[in-house]
Amino acid sequence: MNTLTVLTGPAFWLPVVFIGLMALAFFMYAILDGYDLGVGILLPYNTPNDNYEAQRDTMIASIGPFWDANETWLVLGVGILLIAFPAAHSFILMQLYLPVTLMLAGLILRGVAFDFRTKAAEDHKNLWDSVFKGGSLLATMAQGYMLGAFVMGFEQTLAAYIFAGISAICVTAGYSFIGATWLVMKTEGPLQMRAAKWARLSGWLTALGITAVSIINPLINPAIFAKWFGSSAVIVLLIIPVLCGGLFILVDRHLKQVPHTHDHNCWIPFATTVAIFMLCFMGLAYSFFPFIVPGQLTIWQAASAPESLLFIFYGVIVVLPTILIYTAFSYRVFWGKATLLKYY
Amino acid sequence: MVADTLLLSRLQFAANISFHILFPSITIALCWFLLFFKVQFNRTGNTVWMRIYRFWVKIFALTFALGVVSGITMSFQFGTNWPGYMRILGNIAGPLLGYEVLTAFFLEATFLGIMLFGMHRVSNRVHTLATLLVALGTSLSAFWIIALNSWMQTPAGFEMRNGVAFPVDWFAIIFNPSMPYRLAHMVTASGLTAGFLIAGLSAYRILQGDPKPAPRLALKVAVVACGLLIPLQIFLGDLHGLNTLKYQPAKIAAMEAVWHTEQGAPLVLFALPDAQTQTNKFAVSIPKLASLILHHDRQAEIKGLNEFPEAHPPVAPVFFAFRIMVAMGVLMLVVAWLANWQLWRHKTLSPLLLKVLVSMTFSGWLATLAGWYVTEIGRQPYLATGILKASDAVTTVAPAHVGWSLSLYLCLYAALLFAYVRTLFVMARRAVAVDAADEPTSPPQPLIPQGEVHS
Ligand code: HDD
Ligand code: HEM
Ligand code: HEM
Repeated sequence: MNTLTVLTGPAFWLPVVFIGLMALAFFMYAILDGYDLGVGILLPYNTPNDNYEAQRDTMIASIGPFWDANETWLVLGVGILLIAFPAAHSFILMQLYLPVTLMLAGLILRGVAFDFRTKAAEDHKNLWDSVFKGGSLLATMAQGYMLGAFVMGFEQTLAAYIFAGISAICVTAGYSFIGATWLVMKTEGPLQMRAAKWARLSGWLTALGITAVSIINPLINPAIFAKWFGSSAVIVLLIIPVLCGGLFILVDRHLKQVPHTHDHNCWIPFATTVAIFMLCFMGLAYSFFPFIVPGQLTIWQAASAPESLLFIFYGVIVVLPTILIYTAFSYRVFWGKATLLKYY
Repeated sequence: MVADTLLLSRLQFAANISFHILFPSITIALCWFLLFFKVQFNRTGNTVWMRIYRFWVKIFALTFALGVVSGITMSFQFGTNWPGYMRILGNIAGPLLGYEVLTAFFLEATFLGIMLFGMHRVSNRVHTLATLLVALGTSLSAFWIIALNSWMQTPAGFEMRNGVAFPVDWFAIIFNPSMPYRLAHMVTASGLTAGFLIAGLSAYRILQGDPKPAPRLALKVAVVACGLLIPLQIFLGDLHGLNTLKYQPAKIAAMEAVWHTEQGAPLVLFALPDAQTQTNKFAVSIPKLASLILHHDRQAEIKGLNEFPEAHPPVAPVFFAFRIMVAMGVLMLVVAWLANWQLWRHKTLSPLLLKVLVSMTFSGWLATLAGWYVTEIGRQPYLATGILKASDAVTTVAPAHVGWSLSLYLCLYAALLFAYVRTLFVMARRAVAVDAADEPTSPPQPLIPQGEVHS
């Protein structure tokens, strides 16, 4: 076989297509479940003087119609990992056994708390709100930890654990950031102003975290260092961090002035945050491609049989656009400021 | 050490899926019930249907949420606890799971938002459509996962190369020999589970002194549905058993506790199967009936467990689980038909029968779980019949970790199950109290209040 047939053969391009799809699924997940996990983390506790129940109601109402579909992107991402790269799926999930378990516990708790809070006995509502907040935090920290462990190639050294810990905080800040900008977009009045404050704080924290990770990662990872700084492409690549920094400044200036007289700009912080997430994601993807387990397993080594991938590929072509269309439809239906949820 | 991990992983998988199935077994059919309520409302304009819809859509939302979060746990289980499963069966299992996510999960999850919270934001027609799409989604997801599970029971349409399964014929894989039976039996089981839940909670509301027509109408719908579904279910169960006899005779031998191949085998109603002596103690049986049921011939031969040395399932759990399921089936038949008869004769149910219905609120869960235990334990020691044994697929994660995660899940599940059941009854009591204000309070009415139902 010559190189051309190899490069055009399904055994070559199918894994590439599927890693792209998986990246898309995880990116969608980070954005979509990111904002609703973030909103969960930000839920304000009651203080002796103030009862924030109404604010909590509005915050939860802003994510109510979406959280379930948002979480489905995680199922899709893990599903593609399972379907297309079974060897990597087993390897990664076994390495991450405990954090995965914790994340699942967190997701279970928050998912059910969302429904129980309005349906259980009145006097349990605050309890379920705390469960919602705690579950969101647990899930987020666990995800951040897993991202860190992945980046470190699942090394079991002290340095790796510390890095994963930093990553946990960083991702938590990032989700809070996107959750807060979501609230700026979906709410008004005092809650919106509060959300803007949260957004600025978590925004700076996120920027700090991203900077730290971007410096540490190439330093301890020679392969990644070579990829970023080893060729003349470095000039092009540097656009990513520069752009990212610019966006952070932009969003912060916008948030400082909330509430704006014309609230129709309220979507700008959220859109900017999405752009920042996308840049970080591209940076990560560039660092690791074509490895699916850093330094150990490439996507071609981990891929399943071409006949299986092809069978699911046809489905994906038809179904994925449909999913995107009706997801867009659902967001259009619930466009505008959040109103209190009623089952009719 | 691996043995411990195997045992714990099995326990954990069993705990997770047993918890998970409780909620799909309600949502799959409850959504079709909701669609029925909605369509009836659209057709007749009778607001009682809308009240029923509103009450049950809340319960649906809660149940659905529990189904989703426990399902997400399931999709991680394959990787964390059964890596060998994906290595050997991944080429088959992967696409089936993938199609479930693509065609079913997004559909139900997205339109759920509109169905639950969108009634004032979309037209009535679109809202009804959303309800229909969610119902289609839950049923589709049952279709795909049952296809996979049935393939594990009765594999077809594949070939083994270097110890790994490769797909050859997707149609044969999906519509494998036991799939139509299992799907039909499961979907009907869901109808019964949801039906008895609706009947039970409605009866509870009536017993709590709810004077409104809504619980009465809901009760009637549920009782009629159950009355129709239960004979169907028993018929399907019989067909399913014949199919199993053909493809998994060892499972049937365990279900009927036939230790040694026999001609004219009796139907064992009750016994204590003893694996040590390979006999049944305290057996109560009807001569020749098993042969008659399974082969429609009193003298036919039934293969015993002795034909499957080292490769037959543990007998006692399969034997008892099967009897629990069948007993529940018979009980459901009696209760549902009695209720229909009373409704037909007296237009109302006696307090005693209402109490019986309340006590059977979760009877569907019991029968469904028992049925799955027959199916799954009856497949042992194989994970996929004839291809892969469970012990070859287990994870190498340390037993301490599995033990730890198992304990975490168990605590969580116990708490959530308690909260779920409690909340259902809290909601029922609240419906008794709250809605009463905006409805005329007349003395307890017959089940179909005169003038309420437009004909
Ligand atoms: C016969 C029905 C049935 C069976 C045997 C299973 N499921 Fe299930 N599952 C459903 C029927 C269902 C459903 C009706 O579609 C659910 C339940 C409630 C819901 O929200 O969707 C669901 C939800 C659900 C979800 C969440 C979907 C979402 O995000 O909307 C996942 C990831 C799984 N399941 C995965 C599994 C796996 C890996 C199983 C087996 C090993 C499994 N389910 C068995
Ligand atoms: C939904 C209802 C289900 C229930 C209640 C159920 C229950 C169980 C139980 C009790 C076991 C343990 C058997 C033993 O080890 O003795 C088991 C094993 C297993 N089942 Fe299921 N199951 C269900 C559906 C499914 C489905 C849909 C699949 C896959 C598509 C599946 C795949 C497995 C696997 C991989 C094992 C582990 C290996 C084994 O022990 O055989 N099950 N299940
Ligand atoms: C009373 C007559 C019934 C008979 C003869 C019957 C028969 C069977 C048989 C033979 C199996 C195992 C098939 C296999 O694994 O190969 C089974 C499984 C099952 N049964 Fe039943 N059944 C009856 C009633 C019920 C009822 C009332 C329910 C629930 C409401 C139910 C729910 C299930 C479920 C969920 C399974 C597992 C999934 C499957 O394999 O289809 N069954 N049944």
